[in-house]
Amino acid sequence: MATTTRTPTDMPPPVSASGKTAGRAGDAVFSGLSKGSGILLLVIMASIAVFLTYRAAIALSQNEGNFLTTFDWNASANPPVFGIAVLLFGTVVSSVIAMAIAVPIAVGIALFISHYAPRKLAAPLGYVVDLLAAVPSIIYGIWGALFLVPQLAGLNLWLDEYLGWTYVFDKSQPGVARSLFTVGILLAIMILPIVTSVSREVFLQVPRMNEEAALALGATRWEVIRMAVLPFGRSGVISASMLGLGRALGETMAVATVLSPSFLISGHLLDPGGGTFAQNIAAKFDEANEFGRDALIASGLVLFLLTLLVNGAARMIIARRKEYSGANA
Amino acid sequence: MSHAIQDQRPVRARRARAGGSLTRGGLPRWAPAATAVLSTLLGCAAGLAFGLQSKVQWGLIAALLFVAATYASSAVVENTRQAKDRVATSVIWVCFLLAVIPLVSLLWTTLSRGMKVLTGHFLTHSMNGVTGFEPGGGVYHALLGTVQQVALATLIAAPIGLLTAVYLVEYGKGRLAKAVTFFVDVMTGIPSIVAGLFILTTWNLMLGFGPSGFAGAMALSILMMPVVVRSTEEMLKLVPNELREAALALGVPKWRMILKVVLPTAVGGISTGLMLAVARIAGETAPIMLLVFGSQLINGNPFEGAQSSLPLYIWEQYKVGSDASYDRAWAAALVLIAFVMILNLVARGIARWKAPKTGR
Repeated sequence: MATTTRTPTDMPPPVSASGKTAGRAGDAVFSGLSKGSGILLLVIMASIAVFLTYRAAIALSQNEGNFLTTFDWNASANPPVFGIAVLLFGTVVSSVIAMAIAVPIAVGIALFISHYAPRKLAAPLGYVVDLLAAVPSIIYGIWGALFLVPQLAGLNLWLDEYLGWTYVFDKSQPGVARSLFTVGILLAIMILPIVTSVSREVFLQVPRMNEEAALALGATRWEVIRMAVLPFGRSGVISASMLGLGRALGETMAVATVLSPSFLISGHLLDPGGGTFAQNIAAKFDEANEFGRDALIASGLVLFLLTLLVNGAARMIIARRKEYSGANA
Repeated sequence: MSHAIQDQRPVRARRARAGGSLTRGGLPRWAPAATAVLSTLLGCAAGLAFGLQSKVQWGLIAALLFVAATYASSAVVENTRQAKDRVATSVIWVCFLLAVIPLVSLLWTTLSRGMKVLTGHFLTHSMNGVTGFEPGGGVYHALLGTVQQVALATLIAAPIGLLTAVYLVEYGKGRLAKAVTFFVDVMTGIPSIVAGLFILTTWNLMLGFGPSGFAGAMALSILMMPVVVRSTEEMLKLVPNELREAALALGVPKWRMILKVVLPTAVGGISTGLMLAVARIAGETAPIMLLVFGSQLINGNPFEGAQSSLPLYIWEQYKVGSDASYDRAWAAALVLIAFVMILNLVARGIARWKAPKTGR
């Protein structure tokens, strides 16, 4: 004991004469730098929230309408009147349509790539899906506006004729298909690659033993998927869909090109009109004065909080899964 | 014994023949293909008969017929479990085809309509003096703007992202690291327009700067950082611990160990992640629209004055709404897709070439 307590006091000075102090200084600088950039990221996140809130507060204090319930956006007028009701409705509805279409199909494609496609086809397919996830949104936008909208005219008529009694699919106004429904379809196509590629990753992680055990018990391929693959991948698919939802909520250009906006809430999804947060910012920004910009920033803050909520939830689900799965440790 | 077995077999075979199939308990291998052909024909016939305009409806009818026919035939010849399996298989194939159609159409439309005006002249001229309604003009100013903005954004985001990833993997412990991890994840989902609004409030409204390529680059760097952190983190985690321990055992200080051992080992994956992040931000329109403002002229200085960028150029040309401007929009879209795809392909190439040995 006595010797060990003495050695630390005696030994270090000669050893750490030159090299180690330089090493320590370097260590301090390097770890400080890397820690600093980590903190910088947090600061950026915090300042996004703070600055947007600050400008939004300026806008809200002079708003003559009710921010939550007014069906109007005249922020550059005097006195300014604006509300996010229509935008919130449009954003949520178009994203929900997108999710309803994209998630089942994406799970199907992910299963196709991971379990059904011939071996030789699977790898290139996964690759193509990843490439498609990189196609810029503005290109989806002009494709949607110039190609998809005319194509969907027939589908709209059909839905109106046969499902018009559901109210939702009743087309009360004539006009091209620049509606929330079309936006939903386009968003579905856009988020398909990202949801697919995350789901595929999860399905590929299913322990082989589970699948082989099911096969050995005489299960068909579908039964293997239902009993072994889907239960294992459920939380992964949920978080993948949340990521897709986050993208759909914040999508700007694709919505701005396709939708013909109006400040009305209509349950008739096939009617042209409506709006989303991001689309409204893009459309109103050019003509907005100083105060109008603050109002748009206020709506941007709501969008920010919405995506924060969705993404945070997705991450929580992923984190929870990591704790109990153990299979991919 | 052998008699008994031989006696039983014909009974089964007879029963199977009575069921109408030579191979007991299974549809022949060509059955799905035959069903597909049959239902496609029927779908087209029904489409013609009812005078349905859209080819999509023909396809839908054919797909529904295919699923129904598969289930029916399999349930009769095989059993319901097999029938369900076959239906699941066909539904998954239909899902796949359903998704392929729009994506192929997107690429095909861009390619076929973009080729029309994509010439050397288009790539080397700006829109100076060309109104939206007349043909001519080009994309050079936008290409230049995109390259400069993306390069600036990368210069800002790459060091911060790399260092943060190093912090998370090599140093990070406790609350701070957890908070950084969580917020990096959340930051990945920030809508691009919100990043644009943030720079607008701070840089333009508070500090009073005008629109410039640099302002756009800052917004793009916010979008890029989390992507870089995430991918670099994954790559650093793949570096085997033995390498770190060996370096430390030789008395190398930790920072030199990271710089000389860990980062070089993972350099392939890191550069792949960087290029994928670049590809992602190259197509962002919304923050550019708010911060860079758009210009018809060549502006080679990203720190002063409005610039253009490829995505913004597409948006502007789309908004003009004339035939000539649509052509330009498609051609610019093709240039942008090519830009992004080349970055992607190069990134994957590097990934394959420099992949660290994971031992899996």
